[in-house]
Amino acid sequence: MTSVARDPRLIADRPGVAGTLEGFWRRVSQGEIGSLPVVVGLLLIAIVFQSLNPNFLTPRNLTNLVLQIAAMGTISVGVVLVLLLGEIDLSIGAVSGLCAAVMTVLNVKTGLPGALAVGAGLLLGAGIGGLQGVWVTRFRVPSFVVTLAGLLGWQGVLLYVLGDTGTVNLTDPAITNLAGIFLGRGLGWLIGTVAIAVFLASLARRHRRRVAAGLAVGTRGGLVGRIVVVVGGILVAIAILDADRGVPLAVLILLGLVVFFDYVTKRTRFGRHVFAVGGNAEAARRAGIGVDRVRVAVFTLSATLAACGGILAASRLLAVNQSSGSGDVLLNAIAAAVIGGTSLFGGRGTIWSALLGALVIGSISNGMDLLALASSVKFMITGGVLLAAVTIDAVSRRGRQAAGRA
Amino acid sequence: MAQPGRAPLLELRGIRKRFGAVQALYDVDFEVYAGEVVGLVGDNGAGKSSLIKAIAGIYATDSGEFRFEGRQVTIGGPNDTARLGISTVYQDLALCDNLDVVANLFLGREEARPLVPGVVEELDEVAMEQRAVEVLRDLAVRIPSVRTPIAALSGGQRQSVAVARSVMWNSKVVLLDEPTAALGVAQTRQVLDLIKRLRGQGLGVVVISHNLADVFEVCDRIVVLRLGRRAGNFDVRGASREQIVAAITGAEFGTPGREGTA
Repeated sequence: MTSVARDPRLIADRPGVAGTLEGFWRRVSQGEIGSLPVVVGLLLIAIVFQSLNPNFLTPRNLTNLVLQIAAMGTISVGVVLVLLLGEIDLSIGAVSGLCAAVMTVLNVKTGLPGALAVGAGLLLGAGIGGLQGVWVTRFRVPSFVVTLAGLLGWQGVLLYVLGDTGTVNLTDPAITNLAGIFLGRGLGWLIGTVAIAVFLASLARRHRRRVAAGLAVGTRGGLVGRIVVVVGGILVAIAILDADRGVPLAVLILLGLVVFFDYVTKRTRFGRHVFAVGGNAEAARRAGIGVDRVRVAVFTLSATLAACGGILAASRLLAVNQSSGSGDVLLNAIAAAVIGGTSLFGGRGTIWSALLGALVIGSISNGMDLLALASSVKFMITGGVLLAAVTIDAVSRRGRQAAGRA
Repeated sequence: MAQPGRAPLLELRGIRKRFGAVQALYDVDFEVYAGEVVGLVGDNGAGKSSLIKAIAGIYATDSGEFRFEGRQVTIGGPNDTARLGISTVYQDLALCDNLDVVANLFLGREEARPLVPGVVEELDEVAMEQRAVEVLRDLAVRIPSVRTPIAALSGGQRQSVAVARSVMWNSKVVLLDEPTAALGVAQTRQVLDLIKRLRGQGLGVVVISHNLADVFEVCDRIVVLRLGRRAGNFDVRGASREQIVAAITGAEFGTPGREGTA
């Protein structure tokens, strides 16, 4: 009852910790590297910058770092969704700027309450994304072109909305608090404890159901490893943030979005369909999946998350201006997703790569600011890291193909 | 091999299909009985694919009768034939390489259970995995694990997964388009064994193939198409390879087996 007849040529992991490690290295050497390069990269970055400037790994600087990446990471979650589908969305930067500007103008010039203005900004993002998605599916115009037109067009609308005002300052606490407040000591630990409890409970429930059904469960070592990484990660993060000002609300929003969309992509029908369309759209269509509906939904989510990121950025800057959402916003968000390990070729990746990649880009930029390097150097180094990340993806893809896992 | 007293599972009479100036199918009759494997052979352009697509409901036929389990039915599209229990495995298999075997077997028909009743549903991986293991074991399909991504499977294993998917939803007739075309010796064996098991489970199986050795090994009956017409219907027990080749190429032998048993 437990399994299908096993192929005798198949290599199985030996039980125990040694077997788990062995299997891990075999998969790595065959190109199943997942998030390994980005984790190693983060460690390297931390070591290098800490040795050059001892302020890098202080709670104060790490808190600044996570605040700096909140907007990028949020936009990048949407990028991961679009990349999983095997498409691209180049309009996210412009959409983030436009939605933040509309929110600000509604709030400051027409006096709409902060919460409603934020809602209007998000709704505008959803509308823009839906429109672009429908355009891609209805007229079969490549998403590259539709969203490139969006990049130009929405930037034009941003300039139009701001008129000759230029910069509009935000003062409404309902908006500025989004990136401006920190959770008190007790509240941070409370949320952390609840998160750990939910994680352990869902893990236990899944394990029990599989055992009850007579299905294979992972090795004990793998399970313990996962628990140590997640629980340890949550505790260490809260301890560090608490040593400074506490857990920033913006970081909680980003983490909430990452966890939520990670669940959606892995455990729901919709998420499964996203992966199916990204893997083989024709197969998905023949299996009765509404391929166009999935595409429109993902473009809608992508633009909504871009709007969310734009609003966080405006809240942090306390203003919007004519360059909101332009410059490196778009490229950083896409680079973060790719550096984090999501494939540009569709169907492979996880939402967590948005957070990991944003951490890499954010810490490089933050570290170089600490060293007071010129922005010329910053651009060159970020470019080099992006190239390295994509090269690792391409090379490991070849390794997977050689090992028959592509 | 007419089986007196038993109606064919699927029966087509006088099927005609025309593409512009080409008469792709001309008065073609075709039938499959339950528990029978029919080989559909013919040269390139003989009309094999057109006939399969007509059966699958992808092409609307110009004229002809379509009976399923003795009842006359009208076919408006692929969904109609799927509802009857006719499924097709095309050469490209239509699998998602990045997803595992379970996900592919349930593609588009994922099972979910309520997480928050009435509001949120999550995939029921346990139920799907159990059913997948059951289906693959019934068909004696050998794969490393049901959680292996399709990309890591051999050609024969992929073909087996595609066939398993097509029959696990109460299919009665399965159409296989060149199931052994790209496979090695051992993998071909795996797929031929699978076809025999489908017959053992009482399904009607139609196999398109260019490989006469495979056809002779696995089929009960061979239907030959030539230039859009049915050029022969042979019981494999009484037919020789020369007769089949003659029917495919149109060489005249005047052999008694030709249309003899139809």
